[in-house]
Amino acid sequence: MTSATEGRLLGRSQIEDLFIVPAFALVAALVIGAGVMLATGVTFSTIGQSYVALLRGSVGSVNAVSETLTAALPLVLAGLGLALGFRAGLFNIGAEGQIIMGGLAAVVAGVALGDLPAIFALPGALFAGALAGALYASIAGWLKAATGAHEVISTIMLNLISYRLLDYLLRTPLIQKEGRADPISKSVPDAAELPKLLTFIDINLRLHAGIFLTLAMVFVAYWLLFRSKLGFEFRASGENPVAARVAGMNAGLTIVLAMAIAGALAGLAGANQTLGVLDRATPGFSAGIGFDAIAVALLGRSHPVGVLFAGLLFGALEAGGRQMQVDAGVSIDLIGIIQSLVIVFIAAPLLMKTIFPWGFRRSDAP
Amino acid sequence: MRVELRNITKRFGPVAANKGVNLTIEPGEVLGLLGENGAGKSTLMNVLCGLYSPSEGEIVIDGNTVEFDGPGDAIRAGIGMVHQHFMLVPVFTVAENVVLGVEPVGRADHLDLATARAEVERLSEDYGLAVDPDAIIETLPVGVQQRVEIIKVLYRAADVLILDEPTAVLTPQEVDEFFQIVRSLCDAGKAIVFITHKLNEILDISDRIAVIRRGEIVGSGDPKKLTRPELAEMMVGHPVDFEVARAPFAPGGVILDVKGLTVLRSDGAVAVDDLSLQVRSGEIVGIAGVQGNGQSALIEALAGLTRPVSGQVLFDGQDITFASPRERHRMGIAHIPEDRQRAGLIGTFSVAENMVLDSYYGPPYAGGASIDWARVHTEAADIAEQFDVRTPSVRSDAAHLSGGNQQKLIVARELSRDTRFVIAGQPTRGLDVGSIAYIHSRLVAARDEGDGLLIVSSELDEIMAVSDRILVMFKGRIVAEYAPHETPVDKATIGLAMAGAAA
Ligand SMILES: Nc1ncnc2c1ncn2[C@@H]1O[C@H](COP(=O)(O)OP(=O)(O)O)[C@@H](O)[C@H]1O
Ligand SMILES: [Mg+2]
Repeated sequence: MTSATEGRLLGRSQIEDLFIVPAFALVAALVIGAGVMLATGVTFSTIGQSYVALLRGSVGSVNAVSETLTAALPLVLAGLGLALGFRAGLFNIGAEGQIIMGGLAAVVAGVALGDLPAIFALPGALFAGALAGALYASIAGWLKAATGAHEVISTIMLNLISYRLLDYLLRTPLIQKEGRADPISKSVPDAAELPKLLTFIDINLRLHAGIFLTLAMVFVAYWLLFRSKLGFEFRASGENPVAARVAGMNAGLTIVLAMAIAGALAGLAGANQTLGVLDRATPGFSAGIGFDAIAVALLGRSHPVGVLFAGLLFGALEAGGRQMQVDAGVSIDLIGIIQSLVIVFIAAPLLMKTIFPWGFRRSDAP
Repeated sequence: MRVELRNITKRFGPVAANKGVNLTIEPGEVLGLLGENGAGKSTLMNVLCGLYSPSEGEIVIDGNTVEFDGPGDAIRAGIGMVHQHFMLVPVFTVAENVVLGVEPVGRADHLDLATARAEVERLSEDYGLAVDPDAIIETLPVGVQQRVEIIKVLYRAADVLILDEPTAVLTPQEVDEFFQIVRSLCDAGKAIVFITHKLNEILDISDRIAVIRRGEIVGSGDPKKLTRPELAEMMVGHPVDFEVARAPFAPGGVILDVKGLTVLRSDGAVAVDDLSLQVRSGEIVGIAGVQGNGQSALIEALAGLTRPVSGQVLFDGQDITFASPRERHRMGIAHIPEDRQRAGLIGTFSVAENMVLDSYYGPPYAGGASIDWARVHTEAADIAEQFDVRTPSVRSDAAHLSGGNQQKLIVARELSRDTRFVIAGQPTRGLDVGSIAYIHSRLVAARDEGDGLLIVSSELDEIMAVSDRILVMFKGRIVAEYAPHETPVDKATIGLAMAGAAA
């Protein structure tokens, strides 16, 4: 019996899904990661050192936590959008392109609104980011609703288009930084920046106000999915499109809206990067966040709270991975392997239940 | 081999699917196990065949208590089960499927298919189970696949064969053949447990009948002494009226007027061909016909799911030919879809969510953008109770309900609001007598309150039981019309029209 579908926050089986399985998956992935290092000739002491570094780099200091959170924010934002899409039965691969469009639009709007006070400039820039992401994603939604074109194909193509479009737009006079020949945007004016939050402790701490935006969006996504009429339509169409149509729901509209909202959240993730971390748009600024976010959404079982925790885990692995590289000289690729292994194990909850029988409610029957 | 179930209780969490069941299975005898959907028949037999271990109680074979740790143990003890859903490998041959898991091996651990084939041939001859050992499973009709399942169990030398709702997938003709097979198994000294919820079948084939209701054995007896109404009452727990009480026929004005409607199938073939019909308020019009004569397309067009290519549909004088499903819903048109699993319900949604699947968007469930779930839950619980939808809670997933309760849930959703017209496709297909009688009474109640109803069913009995007027559909057209309250009509006459005699 599921409970999230009726709006209770978390039931027992969801706690298993959202926390216990991922925790064991992480353990299993770390063990295999160690095995990979051993097999490639890394010594025991280096392996120990690198896992200590992983921990230190992710939660071992104020800076580590700040880095973990900074890395997690865009993953959570884009992951929420993807989760909404998954719930509506849409396998949206296009977060990467939506992040690019959103991040770029936020820079352009930020520059344009830079002379206004921050209470206008910042929301304006964020809104532009969300809108651009939404519009860009709606193309795929509209194509599917109107012609049946599969969203996996169309969003992949839109990703490719977005890379080239970004390179091209970064060289146009409106966007390119004055006096530069390389593709780089103007800097975001202070008024449109997401303010750094911890500079009073240390000027180098990067955590910014995007964290409030992200937490608010977790709540909004939860409300939307489980409390709103629209979310009910999303979930119904995702679970059984035929029954949803017979019940009078408008399939085409649902598809377009679900894509648009997913795109808006990915666009916010882009804006979060350009306004909060990078201060500008550069080629490739999306840095694969849109793809990691797919893993985050899957890992979080397309549940907003799950996405939040999955994003934090991925943020921690990323921040800790950098420390691993610095302290132990272990390749950052290993972190990629561990991240992927976590996903593989999560995708196999039965395997987890067999290896780690503790912590699961005994289920009777086949 | 004599098998006894003693005081068997099986719990799934807090739910007891079987409570203190005592049952004896004798060789050379067909034991008919009768019960509504969800009564606990499959669970009980899954305990017997080793798939579930009982929470309490014991299984005794020829006086010795046994404990099964999986179906392998049970089959070694001579108990085999043919499940409701077949467990065959579609791309393997009959012989390969039969020996799967207990393959005869020749020299050098080589699979000895020749022996397997010979064995399959011997078994099919001994018991009249005609099958070709080399046929690929997926090319065989379900009736033959079922024989393969039986051979599989016989090959493992079972003396007790459990057949879980074997006739559910068979055509009436196949049922006759199947009963002959059961008889020949029985004559060979096998003990058969035949599970069903169909009264006629259990009376036809059983030597002894046990009735299970809500997990408990509530009665047993000799089929020669038991009558249909007696069995039905045991099964559902209260007397079942096979005749639905209804108010005198007093139709009002025309509520649905279909004029020259033509609907194409997705492949472009004509499904509904220039069809006209009228339904009046307070009238049930039944559409009889062999499946595949355009009934589904007609329902879909009337429900707003497909666009007709020509013709007109008037509802209370208003043109609704191209109105959306939601618009029709708002006008008071209810739709009970043919395929309840696919089109009527969302299995992973709760009973409450399914209860508001087409009315969540407005009062009393929603104001503004959000849904008032507390309200949904209380209302859904009320409606579920009113319509006898049996569920542990309105928070349970709809997929966990029995077929009868799922259908009652859909009927409850559609009829609990203010309706003026009801379209129902196969409203009782695959349901048990209790649910059928109940749903019929609800449909007739809607008529008595002045709704017009259009009911499509391939069960002629059903059409005759509820309709005020009967239309026969053949190749997309209405080919015959009967008004039983004016001139009585018999099944044979309608049957001929269904076969196209009147066309
Ligand atoms: N694996 C299971 N877990 C929980 N409940 C179950 C399970 N299997 C059956 N049930 C419940 O037990 C009851 C009896 O089911 P079943 O034995 O399948 O009935 P029948 O075969 O008579 O239709 C039903 O209420 C059903 O929901
Ligand atoms: Mg059953």
